[in-house]
Amino acid sequence: MFTAIFGSVEQGIIYAIMALGVYITFRVLDFPDLTVDGSFVTGAATAATMITLGYNPIISTICAALAGFAAGSITGLLHTKAKINSLLSGILMMIALYSINLRIMGLTIDTAVGRPNIPLANSDSLFTAFSEFWGKLGIDKAFNGMLSNMGVEHVPNTWGTVFIMFILTFAIKFVLDWFLKTEIGLAIRATGDNGKMIRSFSANTDTLTILGLGLSNGLVALSGALIAQYGKFADVGMGIGMIVIGLASVIIGEAIFGTKTIARTTFAVIFGAIIYRIVLALALQVEFLDTGDMKLITAVIVVIALVIPTLRAKQKEKSRIAKRRAEHARAVKQEGKRSA
Amino acid sequence: MLKLEGINKIFNEATPDEKIALDNIHLELKTGDFVTVIGSNGAGKSTMMNMISGALTPDLGKIEINGKDVTRLPEHKRSHFIGRVFQDPMAGTAPTMTIEENLAIAYSRNQKRTLRIGVDKKRREFFKESLETLHLNLENRLNAKVGLLSGGERQALSLLMATFTKPNILLLDEHTAALDPSRAELITNLTKQLVEKDKLTTLMVTHNMQQAIDLGNRLIMMDKGQIILEVEPSLKKDLQIDDLMLQFQHIRGEKMVSDRTLLSV
Repeated sequence: MFTAIFGSVEQGIIYAIMALGVYITFRVLDFPDLTVDGSFVTGAATAATMITLGYNPIISTICAALAGFAAGSITGLLHTKAKINSLLSGILMMIALYSINLRIMGLTIDTAVGRPNIPLANSDSLFTAFSEFWGKLGIDKAFNGMLSNMGVEHVPNTWGTVFIMFILTFAIKFVLDWFLKTEIGLAIRATGDNGKMIRSFSANTDTLTILGLGLSNGLVALSGALIAQYGKFADVGMGIGMIVIGLASVIIGEAIFGTKTIARTTFAVIFGAIIYRIVLALALQVEFLDTGDMKLITAVIVVIALVIPTLRAKQKEKSRIAKRRAEHARAVKQEGKRSA
Repeated sequence: MLKLEGINKIFNEATPDEKIALDNIHLELKTGDFVTVIGSNGAGKSTMMNMISGALTPDLGKIEINGKDVTRLPEHKRSHFIGRVFQDPMAGTAPTMTIEENLAIAYSRNQKRTLRIGVDKKRREFFKESLETLHLNLENRLNAKVGLLSGGERQALSLLMATFTKPNILLLDEHTAALDPSRAELITNLTKQLVEKDKLTTLMVTHNMQQAIDLGNRLIMMDKGQIILEVEPSLKKDLQIDDLMLQFQHIRGEKMVSDRTLLSV
């Protein structure tokens, strides 16, 4: 049980970067961007290919994010310049990326142009590089010793992944919070909120939309690159349903933590991603459910996260009215007594 | 300051819905002019405003701002020089953003947007001072989301946002039409105050004849895509609604009929 939850947290914090990307398009730009299913794999494929070809994992990961940025920008161009409907631009880009991802991974072999997956079992990665340094610190031993004392049987191999990912994800969160408050960031938010208004204040909504989509897919690809290194493989099918997972994280987070400020919302999105993973892991502990049911469980989680806030608001309003009525009735009664 | 030369626009050309929206419009505004525009529905008032703002491109003709030909300049580039307030109070502000964030967006209208923080201490002080001139207590609600404001408050904020960077030209497109009479009066007075303060060159479309007469130093009347009457400053002072009605009848040989025009009298 502990291992399952620990693994969920590890994965959740990596997927949280993807969820932050989805937050930029869905919430900030109000653009339902389905490029994500493709750009996530583009990130994984780029990183895996470059690492296999012998490039430094850090450089490979940065290039993966840039590839995602390019993919998102093209979706933006399709929408703003070619005037293609937002949903359709994303779907077109997603399907185009499927072939492109095969080609990218194909660069690692000479016998064919395309390749559906790359194993990274024995390759260097950001995580192996970091764990070397981390192992010397002896923190794992201390934490695991503490856990053993608490009676946990299977202790995690390393705490390094969780540690470095928390730092990286939160660094991205803080940069994003800051960016959305800059002049350009404000203009991007206004583009999603009221395009007519921001155009009348001399902002080019086309450029801002393209920039926003680029940033979003850059984060998604970064997350894909990290997941490939974490799971030690890249596969052309690993992005299927990614957009729903991203949305699930955004919606769950917002439902639990609220959206009062930008900083609060990005915090909510990160923890939404982690909670989603934990719920999924717990659901899979149920005997009756199989890993093949994951997508179905995801859909159910999203539906629940969407319905609960509405129900809660209704309930709140109901009890508020009931309270007012009771107060009113009491006041009327007292008035009656006094006059009697 | 603003010059329209021979502007023509036809919508749905060569179809049964063909409509001549603007027919050879000539208009010149000198710096500091405040021109009110009246005319019935479909007269071409809004089309003319959209031509000036760059939302529409004329089929024929030329538009100059400050001696510069802007006919082909896209809307977002032209809005460096132009402040606009729309009829819909929801149109001029971003509802999910706070009052100060909206003001920050307006503030960077005539400069390049950078990675500088939009609302810093110095700007916040300036925003507060500017909001105080509205007397709506908005200066104490800087962090309130604009979507929570009433229509009148949002329109007052839009007006402030359109004017406080001192645009070369201010376009007001029936900006009091969607408000109740008391709010409309508040916005009208505010318009007068803000325009006079910075001597802004202004073009205001209105359906309210009294408002058209009370505000501004010049008045034009449009009908069927043409400017049919121009009232110059010397005559505008003593103008009455009845004069305008008579003039229209005289020029067009028919009575001025528009529910909204009559209602607003």
